[in-house]
Amino acid sequence: MREAGRWSDRAARAARSRWLPEGRRGPMPWIIAIMMFLTILAAAAVLSLSHALRQMHGELRGGYTVQIVEANPALRADQTRRVAAMLRAEKGIGGVAVVPEAQLRAQLEPWIGTDSPPEELPIPAMIDMEAAPGTPPARIDALARRIAAIAPSARIDAHERYLGPVERLMRALMWLAAGLVALMVGVTAAVVMLAARSAHATHRATIDIMHLLGATDIQIARLFQRRMGMDAIFGGTIGLAAAGAMLWLLGTRMSAIDAELAGLVRLPLPLMLLLPLIPLGGALLAMLTARITVRRALERTL
Amino acid sequence: MNAIIEFENIGLRYGADEEVLSDISFSLSAGGFYFLTGASGAGKTSLLRLLYLSQRPTRGVLKLFGEDVVMMHRNRLPGFRRRIGVVFQDFRLVPHLSAHDNVALPLRLAGMDEQEIGGPVEEMLAWVGLGERADALPESLSGGEQQRVAIARAVIGRPDILVADEPTGNVDPEMAKRLLGLFEALNRLGTTIVIATHDLPLISMIGHAQMMRLDKGRLIDPTGSLRFPPRNEPAALLGRALGKPL
Ligand SMILES: Nc1ncnc2c1ncn2[C@@H]1O[C@H](COP(=O)(O)OP(=O)(O)OP(=O)(O)O)[C@@H](O)[C@H]1O
Ligand SMILES: [Mg+2]
Repeated sequence: MREAGRWSDRAARAARSRWLPEGRRGPMPWIIAIMMFLTILAAAAVLSLSHALRQMHGELRGGYTVQIVEANPALRADQTRRVAAMLRAEKGIGGVAVVPEAQLRAQLEPWIGTDSPPEELPIPAMIDMEAAPGTPPARIDALARRIAAIAPSARIDAHERYLGPVERLMRALMWLAAGLVALMVGVTAAVVMLAARSAHATHRATIDIMHLLGATDIQIARLFQRRMGMDAIFGGTIGLAAAGAMLWLLGTRMSAIDAELAGLVRLPLPLMLLLPLIPLGGALLAMLTARITVRRALERTL
Repeated sequence: MNAIIEFENIGLRYGADEEVLSDISFSLSAGGFYFLTGASGAGKTSLLRLLYLSQRPTRGVLKLFGEDVVMMHRNRLPGFRRRIGVVFQDFRLVPHLSAHDNVALPLRLAGMDEQEIGGPVEEMLAWVGLGERADALPESLSGGEQQRVAIARAVIGRPDILVADEPTGNVDPEMAKRLLGLFEALNRLGTTIVIATHDLPLISMIGHAQMMRLDKGRLIDPTGSLRFPPRNEPAALLGRALGKPL
């Protein structure tokens, strides 16, 4: 009995799918695949850039480095110690840390080499510090003056300033990508709408007959909805697979660079999981458009 | 007498043209067998289109099963259409469906269980002499064969009303007789039959049938009144109607 029920279900489905001619799907699924591919790539760019910007913001906001450019090593060490002590005592300033000279030398090694003795090429001392969120610039200026009183050669740099131009570029790119996503969504909707209309025109006679035989608008719209949804899911899956492969390739290239900034731009997994929502949304859009197109046309008939 | 189809002062015009149907009033009783005749272009198909709810009249009242279908919300119309089997003058078979699937269409639309569809469809196709051509697509069928598929599709759901527009126009007299027998059998089961035809010998084959004549969009009523005679009037009336030159 159950077996028979399932059999008849399947037969009914098969019969229904035969109401519209099979095959000759045309370019529609492939166009959707290309649209989805591009949309997903652009969306991945938006997500990773906005993620990177947020990360950068958190790390950079309030970060400062005090540089003490003093050739005399003894004097430099003394000034560094006193500035650090003064900063540590300061309210609203935290994370005060003198960057060890060895670490600085290691970082500079590619440029200055290992063979020059420290005395020959003095490098500035550096103190990292963080101002509490919301610290007014005037406070930092005042601090700079007091540092200058201890170490006249000192310079204070906001981390934000170094990366400001980079941040602005990333922000511009993010908006560009977001604009592309919006355009692609609009174009996809338009393509789906045209496809639904042309499918409706193609099957006009069939629809008329079914209408006169007592098919309800919903029954007819459902046929189209299913057809368009299937096309969109087919195209969306291909687009998603292609975009996934592309992103994976970019990811491996990115980790080969292993630069801090590249690491920042990498898309974290939870955000990556948002990407399949795009073809899913595309399929829903296609089905909805098909439904609306057909029902509008039917409503003009008796 | 239980009226199943009622036309009251119906008028129909296509676009801004002159009326193709004017002042049509009649009522047909449930279980009756009716012929609609008239010259080509008289408006037979137009009248039937009103009847099978493919077209709204431009004026007048049209009641089916006692309900006014002119003012009815279109959401309710499919339910009425399912109670009306139609043989279209141009057949209107779905081109990509086999004869079998075309005949099965009304049953599938009604949501009938797939298991219960196969048997009756095969039987019906065999009855109209197309048992062997069940898998053929309409394009590979002759005109007469397509017409028989259309008839099988119209009667398969055992509709309350059967509307047929020249249902025997493309078949030989022998097959016409057989098809008429099908309509008669359906009529005996309670279906009201309305057939538009030029085929006078066909009309004379059904003794109890009644006839309406259209002339240039107006109904010529053999009784002299605008009402169609009730079905139990003396057969002589029909004879007189048939005797008139068409
Ligand atoms: N869709 C339409 N638009 C405009 N005029 C139409 C339309 N359908 C029919 N007509 C006109 O209405 C009139 C009646 O046509 P109809 O098809 O009802 O005649 P008929 O009696 O069925 O003729 P036949 O016996 O040739 O089938 C004709 O003059 C025809 O030209
Ligand atoms: Mg006609």
